Amino acid sequence: MAEPAAVRPAAPWRTRLAPYRAVLASRVRAQRSYRVSFALDLGSSLLVGIVELAEVWILFHNVTVLGGMTFASIALVFGIADMAFSLADLALGHCDRLPTYLRAGTLDVFYLRPQPVLAQLVASDISLRRLARCVVGAAALGYGLTAADVRWSAVTVLLLAVTFVSGWAIFAALFIWAAGLQFFLVNGAEMTNAFVYGGRYAATQPGRVWPGALKVVFGFVFPVAFAAYLPVLRVVDLPSPHPFPAWAGWCAPVAAVWAWAAALACWRWGMRHYQGGGG
Amino acid sequence: MSSTPIIEADRLTREFVRRSRAGRLGRTRTTMTAVDEVSLRIDPGEAVGYIGANGAGKSTTIKMLIGILVPTSGSVRTCGLDPVRQRRTLAGRVGVVFGQRSQLWWDLPVRESFGILAAIHQLPAAAARSREQELVDQLEMAAFLDTPVRQLSLGQRMRAEVAAALLHGPELVILDEPTIGLDVLSKQRLRDFLLAERARHGTTLLLTTHDMGDIERLCERVLVLDRGRMAYDGSLAGLGRTVGAQRVLVVDLAEAAPDLRDVPHTRHLASEGHGLRQRLAFDAEQTTVPRVLAEVSRRADVRDLAVEEPDIEDVVRRIYATRR
Repeated sequence: MAEPAAVRPAAPWRTRLAPYRAVLASRVRAQRSYRVSFALDLGSSLLVGIVELAEVWILFHNVTVLGGMTFASIALVFGIADMAFSLADLALGHCDRLPTYLRAGTLDVFYLRPQPVLAQLVASDISLRRLARCVVGAAALGYGLTAADVRWSAVTVLLLAVTFVSGWAIFAALFIWAAGLQFFLVNGAEMTNAFVYGGRYAATQPGRVWPGALKVVFGFVFPVAFAAYLPVLRVVDLPSPHPFPAWAGWCAPVAAVWAWAAALACWRWGMRHYQGGGG
Repeated sequence: MSSTPIIEADRLTREFVRRSRAGRLGRTRTTMTAVDEVSLRIDPGEAVGYIGANGAGKSTTIKMLIGILVPTSGSVRTCGLDPVRQRRTLAGRVGVVFGQRSQLWWDLPVRESFGILAAIHQLPAAAARSREQELVDQLEMAAFLDTPVRQLSLGQRMRAEVAAALLHGPELVILDEPTIGLDVLSKQRLRDFLLAERARHGTTLLLTTHDMGDIERLCERVLVLDRGRMAYDGSLAGLGRTVGAQRVLVVDLAEAAPDLRDVPHTRHLASEGHGLRQRLAFDAEQTTVPRVLAEVSRRADVRDLAVEEPDIEDVVRRIYATRR
């Protein structure tokens, strides 16, 4: 018979993650080996980030206080949301290219390997050029933290840390959610961009300016309001807008759990559709 | 060899529902049966050719064998496993080559792709190294091991694809159109490798192809699928007998000659140019090209010759014709 096949799981985490480390390391090497192209990507990414920040600045700097928020606290919202989004985009942004994978048959190749399909999709690429976007978010965040009227305490630091991790998780879930829907939609990216990139856009703005319907969509369905806006209201001690209670600022982890539950359900549903198992 | 079959399908069926717009509001659902109650059993160590026209359901069957598609009805077990429920375990025991899609990383050198695949299959380092070396030697890949995949010729890439699918030492290898687009030499090399791999490791082969040469060189058994239904399951020779698929020797003679009707084990098909070019059909089971040629040479002066292989499409078409 052929050679012994594989060491089956029950192996420690290090060994279990080895396949993904190998793929990701190769992606990093590949991107670094095309230097000019990588530099151009970085540059264009940075430019987009700056334009988006400028847009917020133009919109809000004339009004010194909007919905009770100063420009500095709006910058804080922008910084947290944009950085969390950029880091999620860096790790999972390629997931909405699923239709390309479907057409090229790459997804079938994932089925031939002894690893979960979703994990392979997530680990199949990493977009380092998004690092440039993070720089813009980080700058806004730095400015916001120093200039806004933050009442520093250990609790504030904890809230910011929890928010940032949860925010990343919420955006990461949106990408998987979008990927799951691509199984059903022909030109799916058009539709899913509305909540992925629309969600990012909404998350970087003070939520008080949203009309009621958007508050429901981005507060409870795609819960990006929890990624930055609601927690920042806690940090600078402002009241939450209707219908969110004051403690909603602490609920980013709950929102992240909801987003992941919905995203994974959507992915499973999509896989079943692809395999034709009904459902 | 164990006696449990490596592939066992029982009335395996797969339907696709196609929704199309009818009129302004209505939508119609049409159900199309891609694979229709296919039952088959393949034992360890067999080499089986799976042929049929485009759209006959070959790829759909293969996708059900490896757990990409869920059967609409019927059952299938591959390597004794349920392909959908136990996909990940199965993936460690089956190697699949899709001629039309790559499992390599286009921007990485071949060697690195192998390294990543070894990690994905979690092969022990020493075993992975020796297996890789074996495949590199057998498939003569040393010269392009450090070339990025996107710069490989089709023949080189195909060899790398086969190596990638076999790196984890699968007991069952499924090849979907492995020789498509390859030149004669590359085809030959790939077939020789598969024969050697099978001899060395007892690997079971299942391949779909449009190339009769693949079947003749590699497979003792042929399955023919006709519009989702199994139309033939048996030996290649038997297939030839069933449909009368014959090879044709075309001889160009130095001078016009009467029709060569008395060459043993051949059938005179046609003459052109008053007998300057003659076509003789023969059954590969009964005689060989040199023997026919020797007989012809005794009767006339042969200037040139060509051998026409039975076209697989033609064989399939004849099967279909006999069934209807």
